[in-house]
Amino acid sequence: MSGRNFFPSPGDGHVKKDLLGLKYLEKDEINFILERARLYKAAYKEGRSFNPLLKEMTVANLFFEPSTRTRISFEKAAFNLGGRVINFDTGSSSIQKGETLLDTVRTVASLGVEAMVIRHSLAGTSHLAAGEVDIPVINAGDGCHEHPTQALLDLFTIKEIKGATAGLKVLMVGDVLHSRVARSNLWGFKKMGLEVTVVGPFSLLPPGLEERGVTLMKDLDEALKTVDIIYILRLQQERQQKGYIPSLKEYRHLFGITEDRLKRISEKTVIMHPGPVVPGVEIDYPVTRSTRSKIQEQVRNGVFVRMALFELLLGEEVWKNELAP
Amino acid sequence: MSLLLKSALVFNSPGGLLEKKDILIKGGKIFKIAPVLEKKEHENSQVIDAWGKIVAPGLIDLHVHLRQPGEEGKETIKSGCAAAAAGGFTSIACMPNTRPVTDSKMMVERVKEIARREGVVNVYPVGAITKGSLGEELAEMGLMVEGGIKAVSDDGRPVADASMMGLAMEYAKMFNLPLISHCEDPSLALGGVMNQGLTSTRLGLRGIPDTAEAVMVARDIILAQASGSHLHIAHVSCARSVELIEWAKSRGIKVTAEVTPHHLVLTEEEMEEFDADYKMNPPLRSKEDVEALRKALKEGVIDIIATDHAPHSREDKGVEFERAPFGVVGLETALPLILTELVHPGHIKLEEALASLTIKPAEILGLDAGVIREGAEADLTIVDLDKEDKVDREKFYSGGKNTPFQGWKVKGGAYMTIVKGKIVMREGKVYF
Repeated sequence: MSGRNFFPSPGDGHVKKDLLGLKYLEKDEINFILERARLYKAAYKEGRSFNPLLKEMTVANLFFEPSTRTRISFEKAAFNLGGRVINFDTGSSSIQKGETLLDTVRTVASLGVEAMVIRHSLAGTSHLAAGEVDIPVINAGDGCHEHPTQALLDLFTIKEIKGATAGLKVLMVGDVLHSRVARSNLWGFKKMGLEVTVVGPFSLLPPGLEERGVTLMKDLDEALKTVDIIYILRLQQERQQKGYIPSLKEYRHLFGITEDRLKRISEKTVIMHPGPVVPGVEIDYPVTRSTRSKIQEQVRNGVFVRMALFELLLGEEVWKNELAP
Repeated sequence: MSLLLKSALVFNSPGGLLEKKDILIKGGKIFKIAPVLEKKEHENSQVIDAWGKIVAPGLIDLHVHLRQPGEEGKETIKSGCAAAAAGGFTSIACMPNTRPVTDSKMMVERVKEIARREGVVNVYPVGAITKGSLGEELAEMGLMVEGGIKAVSDDGRPVADASMMGLAMEYAKMFNLPLISHCEDPSLALGGVMNQGLTSTRLGLRGIPDTAEAVMVARDIILAQASGSHLHIAHVSCARSVELIEWAKSRGIKVTAEVTPHHLVLTEEEMEEFDADYKMNPPLRSKEDVEALRKALKEGVIDIIATDHAPHSREDKGVEFERAPFGVVGLETALPLILTELVHPGHIKLEEALASLTIKPAEILGLDAGVIREGAEADLTIVDLDKEDKVDREKFYSGGKNTPFQGWKVKGGAYMTIVKGKIVMREGKVYF
């Protein structure tokens, strides 16, 4: 299959037939994906039809963990390009009979699919799968490790709104420790030249963030004064039960983007959240509906970014010849 | 049949002097050592030309998992002993976390009996500290001593309850039994799969902080001070623990400690992403920790090198990283790695390395071994310092191929292993 080798020299030792994480993408590659996604979005807005690049192809969605937006987004992206999607449901699969991940992945590959999208609650599962099969593996979120397509769609959204990415100040708020979105975005933001500040309970920040070039701040209100983008991470309620924070009330008080705080934030500041949102804890409901919130835009853009990815991993080498879809 | 080792450089602890000697072995014992043995003294002997090689007391590994009974799919006593012989070890102490746990005289005798029939090296079973290693009731240490144990340990399942550990130390003192402590505070280590640090942050994996180890090292040192028991700390992995052990020794507390070759050679940064062959407990730590461990070994704060040989099958390891079992094999790579990475570059002297693998572990277990003298058991290892090789797991005698050192270039290793006067390994081939 041609087109597989879109990603240039695997200098870091990783075979780039797959998208396993933002760590493994070069800046040029990110820009390329964002540009293709931009063209897809433009075509969509103008009501033009897309080239059926995935005609006669099947993508397997292997979701070992629940998901709404990511799964449907991949599905829609494949449909838009004329591909078929097989959805794998752990509840009715041989996983219930104790089949291992590698066996499942081998089986699905043998059934004859052209790509595999994997979401799993454990870190490194996409790496494990990618080392086992010849077809492209796309990581749709693995444990607390990475969620690369989320980071790509976030970068796309930022670039679309702000026109560029370099030099922008982004403030990440919340539970970085358990967030794969944060990990992918840290790579993405750094590679694209954004300045990253993190605010969150110190009990939910992993060691070594400062060594990664991140500025740590304690006071959210202080941090909010100078930012272009507020990126809010989801707080899982069980973090309180596990003792990471004293209460949701205190969390909201210290780190919640409340209506009150919204009033003091610049009109130009953009608010983002990877979803699903739990209103009333990390963000107030009215804030999600404000003009500054780009949460629905993020979801919309996800489809175009994933179309670009499918094209690059699976499509014929059309991108070499004509850039318009 | 007698055996003559001709023109060997004989290493002898504790002086560690290397002297050129002939060694004549008869009836499983060292019969005579002399600068040159006359022909008439060794007529009809098999002659081994050991010129240019070093003859050391047989290497002793105080920390091995043989998996039998219960997990023969990973390793058996037979295959584990063969791996030991291949790596130059003549004696190994095997940990009691078998299935069932080696916590009774009957279990100890069973392991010893299988080892006597099928093993090519000496096997010293370690008894459990508590029944089933559950940390709740003392195991029958007195009866197990009669069965032949030289130490007790709940390796793999640290004794979480401080009062139980204190009690075990008091009790073990009656038999002069060292307690081998796997120091890991369960509440601090909970759910962790690698070192807590920069790499765990990047990979999104839950970390085991070095504090999990050091907190329990401190606890056990204080309990050892109070009880006067001999505490031996297994697989020390971090600088914090080293500091505490140094303090304990300066106070005259009876503490000894071991370090594994992998903790002396690898850091967390060298871990291949999500490769379960780098997953062990305690985990690979930082560069600063590795430096502290090397220094501690050189200065004698850490007494010995032990492998924590922990074989697993390909299937066990070929799962999601967080689900993969802890452990790497070590018997067949230990000596080559120590020579290549520590001795040849000058981090430690050859004499120091060999003492930490012979006389010192013998002293900790109270074995009459680790020295070369007339009348002693002829357990000997002939070391070739110059032989260049490449680690190849497919050639391992161990049932476990789980090594992070696959393909590493090494210089030096065991040339021959002799147990009770019998050649059990020569140039990599084990003779059962």
